[in-house]
Amino acid sequence: MSGEALQAERGVSLWRDAWLRLRRNRLAVAGGVTLILLCVLALLTPWIAPYDYRAQDLALGASPPSAAHWLGTDTLGRDLLTHVLWGGRISLAVGFVATGVALLIGVLYGTIAGYAGGRVDAVMMRLVDILYALPFMIFIILLMVIFGRNLVLLFLAIGAVEWLTMARIVRGQVQTLKQQEFIEAAVSLGLSRWTIIRRHLIPNTLGPVIVYTTLTIPSVMLLEAFLSFLGLGIQPPASSWGLLISYGAETMEEYPWLLIFPGVALSITLFSLNFLGDGLRDALDPRIAKD
Amino acid sequence: MPRFILHRLLQALPVLLVVVTATFFLVRLAPGGPFSDEKAVPAEVQRALEARYRLDQPLASQYLSYLGDLVRGDFGPSFRYPGRSVDEMIFAGLPTTAELGLYALLISLVLGTAAGVVAALRPNSAQDYLPMSAAMIGICLPSFLLGPLLILVFGIWLDWMPVSGWGNVPGDKILPALTLASGYTAYVARLSRGGMLEVLSQDYIRTARAKGLPEWIVVLKHGLRGGLIPVVAFAGPAFAGLLSGSFVVETIFQIPGLGRFYVQAAFNRDYTMIMGTTIFFAVLIVAFNLLADIAAVWLNPRLRHQYRKRAS
Repeated sequence: MSGEALQAERGVSLWRDAWLRLRRNRLAVAGGVTLILLCVLALLTPWIAPYDYRAQDLALGASPPSAAHWLGTDTLGRDLLTHVLWGGRISLAVGFVATGVALLIGVLYGTIAGYAGGRVDAVMMRLVDILYALPFMIFIILLMVIFGRNLVLLFLAIGAVEWLTMARIVRGQVQTLKQQEFIEAAVSLGLSRWTIIRRHLIPNTLGPVIVYTTLTIPSVMLLEAFLSFLGLGIQPPASSWGLLISYGAETMEEYPWLLIFPGVALSITLFSLNFLGDGLRDALDPRIAKD
Repeated sequence: MPRFILHRLLQALPVLLVVVTATFFLVRLAPGGPFSDEKAVPAEVQRALEARYRLDQPLASQYLSYLGDLVRGDFGPSFRYPGRSVDEMIFAGLPTTAELGLYALLISLVLGTAAGVVAALRPNSAQDYLPMSAAMIGICLPSFLLGPLLILVFGIWLDWMPVSGWGNVPGDKILPALTLASGYTAYVARLSRGGMLEVLSQDYIRTARAKGLPEWIVVLKHGLRGGLIPVVAFAGPAFAGLLSGSFVVETIFQIPGLGRFYVQAAFNRDYTMIMGTTIFFAVLIVAFNLLADIAAVWLNPRLRHQYRKRAS
């Protein structure tokens, strides 16, 4: 009988367990579904956008939502829905790519520091501490001013800011992991350092990394929107939600929909990501697992 | 304690040096000189300008003399506004920004703590979900969206509040302070909820209740003291963040503060002003982080003890 109980217990792996817990969290599920939907819309934008991106209708000008233009048009008679879709594409792309940059740097840096330990670790983490204390928002503005406002630089600049916390989290994980028997076993099997890092350490840090990644995406998107709002991020004719909000804010007195719809799009995305991130944290956090 | 403070001060120095060095060389790396987009000026004027801003000297000596000036608190002259120094401009904007930041900090501490305590009293009930959902909204509605929305609703549609300015009309400080405070209020609410939940499950709270103390004394006197430690630790960096993060709010509400000057300097390519403000903000952030660390050690007897052990 105890054998059966053991069997049942073993059947639930860490990931399956986390998945079950995540599925019970309705807000997180709703966030995840909304997010997938938004990504599909962003991917399909070139085919589903109702109007051409550059199409103007100066005779029409700004018009409130109607059957022809679901979200209305801006002062140049451009369809707002089309622009919100295209803007979302860029905002989401910035969110994912810049987070990807942060993920890559952070995980590698954290793993190396944690695995090497000793003086290497001390020097590497001191550097992180120093970078942490910098006024990054201001540095990004400085970078954008000096090197011009281009998209690649924006990705790099944001990614370069956001990797710090990731590196700290991963390092902490690796430090505890490397004292466990399975790493000792891998070492005694004669595996190379790089193989151990790649095959044994990084996969085992995935839980916290996934959680933190989900929470980094919204902060990256906020940063982009914020820079675009100030006129230092995405430049026209390209569009992003931050840029649309900034235009909307200028004309909100006469044409409030130009502010409200891009704002709603950005907020829904941020809500979804935060709910999903919180849900994942609850599902994957080993401290509250199994209660 | 003095040893701890000294230790942290020494740690702060390399950070500031990195900031100054990075800012200085980044600005020098900028394509084109600061005067290159200007209309052609006579060679003598060009030389005089360069001499005035020390651009005729080798880079290393420019750097060293900039460092020397900084140590004396001199950020140099502005590139764009001849006759005005960066110091003057920083101190012209600082009081406004500090006032705005202070209001926002007070709002976020008072509202956030209240919401967090209320939520922690009955976890996983409506009394918890309501304030925490509001906090989520505070986190997800960025200031550059919330600000215009508040102006639209309260300034234009309802016509209750002035839509811009600072100190010109009564009540024009309310919307900017609220806008700036929203995100921080949300964080304080989450932090104080977490802190209170942890403290309220401790033995000494049970003891206090067992003594028959009224619930409000248990919560406000015994609970708050421990539950607020994370909030206190957050307040220092938060104030630095409020000061250096106020440029959106200042831009939206057209408030003549430091943040707005910074954005203007960024657009005007006023290099000395950009360098000066960046370094000034960095000093603020480092200083407030330092204060927060000291306060955290001072407030938490366990940390204090730990540090004393390590030092001896």
